[in-house]
Amino acid sequence: MSSPALSILPRQPAPRGESFPLQPLLHLDSLWIQVAGTSCNLRCTHCFVSAGPGEDRHALMARAEVQRHVAQGLALGVKEFYFTGGEPFVHPEMLDILADTLPHGPCTVLTNGTLFTERRLEELRRLGGGARFSLEIRVSLDGPGPEEHDAFRGRGAFARTLEGLLALEHHGLLPIVTATQGPGDDALELRERYVRMLREAGLRRPRLKLLPLFRLGREAARTRGYQAVETLADLPPESIDPARLQCSSCRAVTSRGVFVCPLLVDEPAARMGRTLGESLGAFRLAHGACFTCYVTGMTCGNA
Amino acid sequence: MVRLAAFGGVYSNHLALAAVLEDIERRGADRVWCLGDLGGFGPHPDRAAEILRGAGISMLRGNYDDSIGNDRADCACGYTDPRDNGFAQISYDYTVARTSSDHKAWMRGLPERHRIEAEGRRLLLCHGSPRRVNEFLWESACSDAFLEWLCDRHEADVILCTHTGIPWHRALPSGRHVVNVGAIGRPANDGRTGVWYAGLELDGGLEVEFRPVAYDHEALALEMEAERLPAEFAETIRTGWWTTCLENLPVRERRRGRH
Repeated sequence: MSSPALSILPRQPAPRGESFPLQPLLHLDSLWIQVAGTSCNLRCTHCFVSAGPGEDRHALMARAEVQRHVAQGLALGVKEFYFTGGEPFVHPEMLDILADTLPHGPCTVLTNGTLFTERRLEELRRLGGGARFSLEIRVSLDGPGPEEHDAFRGRGAFARTLEGLLALEHHGLLPIVTATQGPGDDALELRERYVRMLREAGLRRPRLKLLPLFRLGREAARTRGYQAVETLADLPPESIDPARLQCSSCRAVTSRGVFVCPLLVDEPAARMGRTLGESLGAFRLAHGACFTCYVTGMTCGNA
Repeated sequence: MVRLAAFGGVYSNHLALAAVLEDIERRGADRVWCLGDLGGFGPHPDRAAEILRGAGISMLRGNYDDSIGNDRADCACGYTDPRDNGFAQISYDYTVARTSSDHKAWMRGLPERHRIEAEGRRLLLCHGSPRRVNEFLWESACSDAFLEWLCDRHEADVILCTHTGIPWHRALPSGRHVVNVGAIGRPANDGRTGVWYAGLELDGGLEVEFRPVAYDHEALALEMEAERLPAEFAETIRTGWWTTCLENLPVRERRRGRH
């Protein structure tokens, strides 16, 4: 894929002849569908897919196209579906897409939590309550307080997101809050800080998932990208358990094709093909983000 | 007709184990299988091992048995949340220190999977899933398409698993079945103090019955307190609601619980 728009993004240093581990797809467990493309109502300073209002590097996906990908995933024995953007709820047919997909498998929506109207919440309650599969709503926070969160997302975003979380819980959806664990953060202490804050804000049953920091998209420009030492080059094959990395069990579909994982949708080298069927081959773990997954053992999945 | 009784996740709950074996004895079964994870959570791990081995019950090697048997550093349950992992480590350190070397050697030698052919059906018994010993197969988190794939890939008409602690049964569109037999070591996060195991009858078809078993849970909670196991564990035994190892529950299962 060559595209002028993609060239604005920080690139991997060109491989210098090292050998990178070849990662097989063991089975398609998780199908990530970037329904909203890079369109979002916020423009966060650390967004790893550089989404925002009017960002159209990846386009909104038509409902019929989503249905096609879902059907292809099911034919391959997919376990669950994840819907991302951008912000999925800027998609005018997001609720229809969920209504189409939820009868076939578990669905998770990754949202910033700021676009919930009463009608939308009621519809989500109806969908989530009526399905035999889980409908998970995941909402990201960038700090246990407005000072950190709003610095990334804009003034007032923290309060709006908390309002969204409370409304979701009130509608029985028990959202999962995702937060970033920096390299120096103690996981348990960070968890307790978030849970305490969420309880004080009125959430009865906070759920939390910690994610590592990926130096991608605007985050790479804000702080730094990956350095040459952050690499899996020349890693002996026996020191890697393929099943531990999510790329052994996922693919991510956007309007521009099928990518190895939801993180690397702006990396030309991570584009596996046009269709899912073309995208089941092995992937060279040559990106800095692969190093993050390897070191932290974390995945973008819910648990 | 073949009658099979299967349970998993004993978690050192020797009182529930004894009650379940009595119930199986009373109802009758041609074969009885424990799908693994004898230790963890509860008190005095050797008591459950003695009951199970004494009764001659067949058992698979779950992730817990693999870790205890090989003196590994942790239980390899597969939790991702730091609080859950903290509680899991307390259980594990307690259990590995109190399991006799004879029981450990026995656990090391257990099979990870077992196949049974009965009434023209291929049954595959495993702990987490046929492909990974510590995979969580939650009812609401597995599409039919995925379970069909598991059956195809592992050449099974009926898959029996445990590991999650909540029983369920799905008859797949193809006519095959996946049965999570539940765990008898702690309640199923349903607000009941009893536990569940599975009875299967294979004839022309397959009947699956989840059977509730009551036991002296208060006595177990007192033993756990006397052993200074976390108060959160005893609370689960007394209330039937999970208080720990909750973060990997999908929303449908989580919503049914209290915490």
